[in-house]
Amino acid sequence: MGVRTVEIKTDDYSVEYQSDIATVFLRGFLRLPGIPEYESIMNLLLDAIEEAPTLSLNLQELEFLNSSGISMLSMFVVKVRNQGQAQLVIQGSNQVLWQTKSLRNLQRLMPSLKLEFA
Amino acid sequence: MIAQTFGQFKDDNLKSQEYLTLNFAPSSNPKRQQRWQNYGLSADFLGDYFATFFPGEEVPESAINLKNTIKASVSYIANELIENAVKYSDESTHLPISITLRLFDQDIIFQVTNYATQTVAQHYQQFVQTLQSTDIAELYTQQLEKTALGEGKSSMGILTIIHDYSAEGGWKFESLIDRPSISKVTVTMHLVV
Repeated sequence: MGVRTVEIKTDDYSVEYQSDIATVFLRGFLRLPGIPEYESIMNLLLDAIEEAPTLSLNLQELEFLNSSGISMLSMFVVKVRNQGQAQLVIQGSNQVLWQTKSLRNLQRLMPSLKLEFA
Repeated sequence: MIAQTFGQFKDDNLKSQEYLTLNFAPSSNPKRQQRWQNYGLSADFLGDYFATFFPGEEVPESAINLKNTIKASVSYIANELIENAVKYSDESTHLPISITLRLFDQDIIFQVTNYATQTVAQHYQQFVQTLQSTDIAELYTQQLEKTALGEGKSSMGILTIIHDYSAEGGWKFESLIDRPSISKVTVTMHLVV
């Protein structure tokens, strides 16, 4: 399989899966009104981890994520945990406050989750 | 009028020379989706506005300075409180949603008011009572699991504000004399800077 990129992009945010490095990049300001509105992003994440069982989520340029988005990430983490096979790495930034405040909570849901702060 | 308060409710008779209030009237335009972006912008504006009062000094054990910490905290908390107020408002009342931020030496107090149907307000009140009687870290993880399984409302907005940003919450539920089916819901969040 060649290099494949899948992308969701608006004026406020983008979500991009790069198959060659098995990484999904989330960037910008994400504050959709509720869980249903996050479904297309969730589906992109689920497709990505099915293709790349060791997947990285790079959030370093995601400046804002509302609590519905944090719930969406939790749902994803729990789905990955329950499937049991895949490995998940979350790459955060210690320059982005919400990440320093909220990302560690995801490890409570999935202790094998790797959190990397840069 | 019957009023019930929970938690560390902050009355608005607290004197502060510095405050800012924004009012929203969603029912004046039924196209809520188009307004949604405006709520985020408002929260960011509040963050920018209140951050200017604080210096850019270092915060212990953090790579983010005080000014940027205030900016991001205010923006997150204000956004979640506005989102909740919008979601749980009864638009048919044609009563506005209001957010006020008051600035003190070492504190910022958020106060958000909306009008909800009694059913919605009662559900919220039950959640607030659970919050008062349960360990916050435990409740947080429980709710994350519940949300992940798609069970019911997440309430993650309030939980993240209190658990992750160490803010102190207070709530007031009032029934209106002339409209007993409607409750006035006021939330305060106290952030120590």
